[in-house]
Amino acid sequence: MQVHLTVNGKDTTVDVPPHTLLVQVLREQLKLTGTHVGCDTAQCGACTVMKDGRSIKSCNVLAAQVHGSAITTIEGIAAADGTMHPMQAAFKDCHGLQCGFCTPGMVISAIDLCTNYPKASESEVRAQLEGNLCRCTGYQNIVKAVQQGAAAMAAA
Amino acid sequence: MGASDFSKLPHIGESLRRKEDYRFLTGAGNYTDDITMEAQSYAIFVRSPHAHANIKSIDISAAEKMPGVVKIFIGKDLEGKMGGLPCGWLINNPDGSPMKEPPHPVLALGKARHVGDQVAMVIADSLEQAKNAAEAVEVDYDVLPAVVDVRDAAKGAQLHDAAPNNHCFKWALGDKGQVDAAFAAAAHVTKLDLINNRLVPNAMEPRVAIGNYSRATEEYVLYVSNQNPHVERLLMTAFVLGLPEHKVRVIAPDVGGGFGSKIYLYAEDVALTWAAKQVNRSIKWTCERSESFLTDAHGRDHVSHAEMAMDKDGKFLAMRVHTDANLGAYLSTFSTAVPTILYATLLAGQYTCPQIYVEVDTWFTNTAPVDAYRGAGRPEATYLLERLVSRCGWELGLAQDEIRKRNFINSWPYQTPVALQYDIGDYRACMDKAQILGDTAGYAARKAASASKGLLRGIGYSSYIEACGIAPSNIAGALGARAGLFECGEIRVHPTGSVTVFTGSHSHGQGHETTFAQVVAARLGIAVDAVDVVHGDTGRVPFGMGTYGSRSISVGGAAIMKALDKIETKAKKIAAHLMESSDADVEFANGEFTIKGTDKKVSFGQVALTAYVPHNYPLDKLEPGLNETAFYDPTNFTFPAGTYICEVEVDPATGVTRVDKFTAVDDFGTIINPMIVEGQVHGGLVQGIGQALMENCVYDRETGQLLTGSFMDYTMPRADDFPEFKIGNVCTPCTHNPLGTKGCGEAGAIGSPPAVINAVLDALHGLGVKDFDMPATSHRVWEAIQAAKA
Repeated sequence: MQVHLTVNGKDTTVDVPPHTLLVQVLREQLKLTGTHVGCDTAQCGACTVMKDGRSIKSCNVLAAQVHGSAITTIEGIAAADGTMHPMQAAFKDCHGLQCGFCTPGMVISAIDLCTNYPKASESEVRAQLEGNLCRCTGYQNIVKAVQQGAAAMAAA
Repeated sequence: MGASDFSKLPHIGESLRRKEDYRFLTGAGNYTDDITMEAQSYAIFVRSPHAHANIKSIDISAAEKMPGVVKIFIGKDLEGKMGGLPCGWLINNPDGSPMKEPPHPVLALGKARHVGDQVAMVIADSLEQAKNAAEAVEVDYDVLPAVVDVRDAAKGAQLHDAAPNNHCFKWALGDKGQVDAAFAAAAHVTKLDLINNRLVPNAMEPRVAIGNYSRATEEYVLYVSNQNPHVERLLMTAFVLGLPEHKVRVIAPDVGGGFGSKIYLYAEDVALTWAAKQVNRSIKWTCERSESFLTDAHGRDHVSHAEMAMDKDGKFLAMRVHTDANLGAYLSTFSTAVPTILYATLLAGQYTCPQIYVEVDTWFTNTAPVDAYRGAGRPEATYLLERLVSRCGWELGLAQDEIRKRNFINSWPYQTPVALQYDIGDYRACMDKAQILGDTAGYAARKAASASKGLLRGIGYSSYIEACGIAPSNIAGALGARAGLFECGEIRVHPTGSVTVFTGSHSHGQGHETTFAQVVAARLGIAVDAVDVVHGDTGRVPFGMGTYGSRSISVGGAAIMKALDKIETKAKKIAAHLMESSDADVEFANGEFTIKGTDKKVSFGQVALTAYVPHNYPLDKLEPGLNETAFYDPTNFTFPAGTYICEVEVDPATGVTRVDKFTAVDDFGTIINPMIVEGQVHGGLVQGIGQALMENCVYDRETGQLLTGSFMDYTMPRADDFPEFKIGNVCTPCTHNPLGTKGCGEAGAIGSPPAVINAVLDALHGLGVKDFDMPATSHRVWEAIQAAKA
C-alpha cells in the first residue's frame, strides 16, 4: 500500500506491505538510521519520533496509521546549516549521552516534554522520561540537559 | 613522562565536551544495524524452546522450499569444519587437574542446554522470509529435566558428558589451616549467607553482526557490536575457524553500550562469518531484545557463605568464604576468571585481615552462560565483604563507619593475603569526605523527618576496592589466561602537525575520542581538535585487547603515552638538527622545542613537516616520518577505591523502598576529564542500585524457562527511580603507570549494591529483619517485614 508522509519537512510516499511499522519505513526505506530499535515491547523509547509535534514510539505504530502525518526524526531537529537544536546542544553541554544509542529518542522526548512542560521541575522531568531507557548515563545528566534545554528553548 | 608531570599539563583535568557527541545527537552515528551491504541477506537463528532437551531430529525440507530462502545450516553441517567456542581462561582444581571444558558447539549438536540455545541458522533474502522459514524448521525434541539453581546443580540432570554432577571446577585461595586456627582463637565470629542475584546486562543496542566474504580477495569482514574486535578475531581465527588472521577483518563501529556483554565471541558471530563464504553473500543478523535476554551472557549469580573472625575490639583476624557460582550452560569467553581471579582476590577489600581462605565451586546449569558484567567478580566480592562488615559492626555494637575505620589499611604498598598488592590509596580520606558530602551529621534529623511521615529511614555504608587493568600478562598467563593483557597505541603525526591516534581500546560510550585526544594534545602542546582517535577496526588499528575491566585509560592510555615518548624522542632529534644542537640539550614543552639558555626554538608543527619533507634532515642517522607504535603491559593492577553512603526510606505498610540520598566518593587517581568520569560513576551507580532495588533475572526452577525475558518483566532502572547523586573525589595517583590513572568505569556498580542493602537492613532493624537478599522490591521487603513479625 502507498503511505504518504511528510518526513523532516519533505513530502514522501512509500509503497510498503500493510503490516510495515513506521520505524521500518524510516530506517529501511528512507535510510534515516538515527531512529533506533532497542526492544520489541515498546518499552525502551529508542525509536521515539515526533508525529505532528507529539512524541510517539515508532516501533509501536504501523506506517499506515500515520498516513498523512508530519514526522520529525532526530535527523530533522538541527538547523539546515547543521547547528544543533538547543536541546541537542544542552545534551552535549551536560554530558547527557554516552553510547548514543538511546539519545535520539531521549532528545525527541525531551523536546516534547519541554514544549508541554516548559518549566518542569527535576522530579517532573524524571517522571516524564519514564518511557525512555538509558543504560549508560544514570539519567542524572539527562535530567540536567532537559532542564537546560528547556531554558534555552524558552529563550530562543 | 611521569604521572606527576603529566597531571600538570594543560587540558588534563578539564571537562572538555565530547568530540563524538555531534554525530550521536544528530542521528549520524554508525551502529552495526545502520549498515546495509550490497545484496545483503538476513539470518534468523532457530532456538531451543526447552531448557534441556535431546534433539532427535531436525527437518528443514519444508523450510528450505520457502520463498527467498538462501540456505539453512544445522549443527551437523558445521561439524568437522570448525572448532567449538573457546573459553579464554583455564582454571585448575586444587589437585592441579584442569577444569571441565565441555564442547560449546556453534550450532547445537544432539542436545540443547538452555532456552535460546541456537539449533539452526536460516538465511534468506529478506528478514521476513528468514523469519517465516525459521518457523517452518521442524525440530523434534526429547525434553529432559532442567537444573537452573546452583544449589540444585550437583543432583540435577547432567548437562555435559564431560562434567559429572555438573561441576566445572573447585578453586581455592589462602591457607585453610591458619584461617581455621585464627577462627578457633577469635573473640567473636560473624556469619552471613547471601545470594548475589543474576542480572541481564541489557546494553541498549542489542547484539548485531554482518558477515561478509570476498572471493576476489579471499577476505572475511565481520561487522559486529563488540568491545574488543582484535580479541574477537583472535579467538575466531585461531581457535574456531582456523583462518589466517590477515584474511579476517573485524570492525566494531559505533557500539551502543556493552557493560561486558559484548566482550565475548558469540556463536552467531562465528556462524555468520563462516556462512558468508558458503553462500557467497553478506549476511546480517540483528538480535531482538527478547532473544538478547535469552542469549547474551548474564552476570553475577553467586550463592555464598562468609564468616569473619574478630578480636574483642572488632579487629579482623581472619575470613573464610565459600561460594557456589553459576556458569550457565556453557563456558563463555571469560566466565571462569570471574568467580575466581576477579572475585576471590578482592575479598580483603580495604581492610587489614591477615588471613583469608576462599573456596569456589562452579556449576553448569540450563541457563544462559554467565560471564563478566560491569564489575565482573568485584561487585560480588564487594557485596559479600561489605554486607559482612556491616553485620560485624551491628553484632559488636559498633557504628558502620567505626567498624570500617578500625580495620582500614593505612600504609601502602599493602600485600593482601589474597595475592594482590595495592600500590596506593587513602581509604580514610574517602570515608571522611563521603561523610561530609553526605552530611551524615544531619542523618538523625532526616531520620526523624522520615518517621514523622510514617517512613523508616536507614543508612548504609560500603567501602569498596576494585582491581582494574588486569595484568601483567605473564602472571595472568601463569594463572590460566589464554590471551595477553597489554594494549597497543599508534601515534601518526601528519606532515602539517595534526595527529591520528590508533588505539586498541574500544569506546562504546566511554568517550575515548575525547579523553585520549586530551592526553595526546596535552603531551604535544597542540589543539585537542588537531587529534582524532581511531578504534574498533582490526584493519586500521595495529592490535588491541579492547575495553573491559576499566582498563582503557590505564592500559590503552599508557600505551599511547609510550608511543608519545617515542614520538618525543625522535622529534627532539629532528629539532636538535634544525637548531644545530645536541639532542640532549633539547627541551620540549607546550608544543615548542627549545635549547636551554638560548632563544632557539622550533614548533612541533615545524618538526612534523621536516619529518615528512626531509630536505634539511639527518638522513644518515634518522628515518624520515613521525609515526610510532607502542605496546604497554602493566606491571600491576590499578586499585580504585572509595566509600559510598546510601540513605533509603522504606514504607513499612507497603514495603516500597526508595533511595533518598546517595553519596559516592571515589579515588580514581589522576582524572583527565572530570565530566566524563562523573558520567561513568552515575551510570555505574544506577546499574548497582538497580541490582539492589529492582533488577533480577529469574528462571523457573523446575522448567528452566526465563520468567524475566523482556523489559515488561525485567525491571530496568528508569529516570524516576533515583535522587540526584552527590559525587566527590580523592586523588592518590597510581604509582605504576605514566598517567597516574586507575579507571572509573565499574566503580559505581561495584560499590553501590551493599550500601543500598545495608541501608535497607538498617531501616528494618527495629522490625527484627536481620537478613535480606537483593533486590529490595516492595514485595520482597514487605514479605521480609511480615516474616519478621511472625
